[in-house]
Amino acid sequence: MYSLNEVSLHINEGSIFGLLGPNGAGKTTLISMLCGLVKPTSGHFTIDGLNYTDNSSQIKKIIGVVPQEYALYPTLTARENLHYFGSMYGLKGSDLKDKVIETLDLLGLLKFADKRIETFSGGMKRRVNLIAGILHNPKVLFLDEPTVGVDVQSKNAIIDYLKLLNQNGTTIIYTSHHLAEAEDFCTNIAILDRGKIYAQGTPSSLISSTEKARNLEEVFISLTGKDFRDEL
Amino acid sequence: MSYKIWMSVVKEFLLLRRDLGGLIILFVMPLVLVITVTLIQDSTFKTVSDSKIEILLIDNDKGDVSKTVFENLEKSSLFTVVTQIDNQPITEEIAKEAVYRGKYKLAIVIPSKLSVDLQAKIDQNVDNILSNMGLTDSVAKPATPKIIKEKEVKLYFDPAVQLSFKNAVMSSIDKMISQIESKSIYKTFQNQLGEGNADFEQKSFISFKEIIPTINNKEVRPNSVQHNVPAWTLFAIFFIVIPLSINIVKEKTQGTFVRLRTNPSSNLIVIIGKTITYSAICMIQFYMMVAVAVFLFPHIGLPSLNIEGHLFLMSIVALFSGFAAIGFGILLGTVASTQEQSAPFGATSVIILAAIGGVWVPVFAMPKIMQIVAKSSPMNWALEAFYDVLLRNISFLEIIPKISLLFLFFIITTSIALFYDKKKRTV
Repeated sequence: MYSLNEVSLHINEGSIFGLLGPNGAGKTTLISMLCGLVKPTSGHFTIDGLNYTDNSSQIKKIIGVVPQEYALYPTLTARENLHYFGSMYGLKGSDLKDKVIETLDLLGLLKFADKRIETFSGGMKRRVNLIAGILHNPKVLFLDEPTVGVDVQSKNAIIDYLKLLNQNGTTIIYTSHHLAEAEDFCTNIAILDRGKIYAQGTPSSLISSTEKARNLEEVFISLTGKDFRDEL
Repeated sequence: MSYKIWMSVVKEFLLLRRDLGGLIILFVMPLVLVITVTLIQDSTFKTVSDSKIEILLIDNDKGDVSKTVFENLEKSSLFTVVTQIDNQPITEEIAKEAVYRGKYKLAIVIPSKLSVDLQAKIDQNVDNILSNMGLTDSVAKPATPKIIKEKEVKLYFDPAVQLSFKNAVMSSIDKMISQIESKSIYKTFQNQLGEGNADFEQKSFISFKEIIPTINNKEVRPNSVQHNVPAWTLFAIFFIVIPLSINIVKEKTQGTFVRLRTNPSSNLIVIIGKTITYSAICMIQFYMMVAVAVFLFPHIGLPSLNIEGHLFLMSIVALFSGFAAIGFGILLGTVASTQEQSAPFGATSVIILAAIGGVWVPVFAMPKIMQIVAKSSPMNWALEAFYDVLLRNISFLEIIPKISLLFLFFIITTSIALFYDKKKRTV
């Protein structure tokens, strides 16, 4: 039994690619493989023409990762967290400081820059979590459910910022359970279930090719069914 | 790379600074440990030398021997002799009950007629010797000598007393009885040979003198502080394993490790950052404990730690000991999945390393197999290096093998951790 099986994808440069699927579909596993966190038992993939076997460090320089959990040090301030993670991508000096200030400001967090992460709300943590993954201007950005558990204001701020990044040339690959958000946000979508890709295309092409479907949620239900996916 | 390492060090320091509980554990607990243990161990010495232990003496003999035993025990710095409880004479049964219940550590029961029978036995022996030498007097001797049964001085010990205490007491009493016997033999010979007033020299002809090592023409007399401070400082340094392994496990469970694994920096940078930070902590711990031992101990009734001319080499040993502890902490934190795994394992393994390393019981006093095992404990290498510097006045060149072993231990444990991590995260 494999988490992923016969998955074949081509994600265009400059696109916003949504990986959608019910719980346990294999979305996080696929993203983890692409980020270099999980080793595939077979198969291969390239990012910007590079593979992990030969070019691990080059790939890591051009990708950004925003994990589902808050990958931040709770007792450090937002600025301290961002300075540290930015430095690990090779940023330093005024470039790093300015980039941190700029992104905190864009996401409405500059006045909280010197407050500890542990005092932040879920939405604020999500925004800092996002900033930590994009400080080095990655060519490809992986986001695992970046808007889960946040209020509408934070969600809008995150989506707007991601759109801005995409306009500046960043390819975005993201997973979400918010189908309306994905329908509005993504240029391309793949629906994944039980480790396989059931459909892929633009949101509008998926809707039009599914009988009686008026939106992406109906496409999703039609492809993956209504059964619970609870598994232990 | 140096900027990344610097930022890693800054991050580790900030994380530690923000964790007040952790800081207290890191800096205050080792001080409490070294003060408490040194006070206890020093007072154990004092129990034996200063404050006397009450012992029960049941004198069924009422003769010269029991009188001499009583006087010698009273004269000794170890014991106070109790011959009555609640103004009642003590019987053997009462003494046994009191000792076995732990009210007294020891009871000595001197058998009846011990003095008379001892003298009779000596008389017989001396007579035999003199007759063999043809020096008997004209007084007729009985054809069959009277049979004198051997006498037993019974000792009752509190079951809770340690074997070492028992052995020390038994050896002391044995020595006392031997002296009484030899004195009686001398006296009997004296009487038999008719050498009236010519007193035999009772003082031991052979005596012992400990030659204390000297450094710069000054005697360096080891005391409990010179032994305890290095041992317990080392123990405290090794406890860095626990916060360090927890720190690494936390990074894994917090998700920050995911970020570190997906960025282009090598895990080696993270490890170097942690090593620098925790080495600094080890050194601060070390200097704090030394400062307490030098400046505070004299104010709480303990001897001051004599570090004259040794501080530099002691610092080197502390630094390399810290490296060994950090290597172990990094390995443990890398392999463990939860804090529930790393913290108890870390604590227990440090205690085991200390035990086999000779922190509690000297290695020479261990069974043969444990002496061999002790040689594999980094705490033993470090402790021996500390003793070399502090007590044996050994030079830097001579401690190089021991500190090299400590550094090798750090390299091996860290390499295993890096290899393990790489295997887990390789794509």
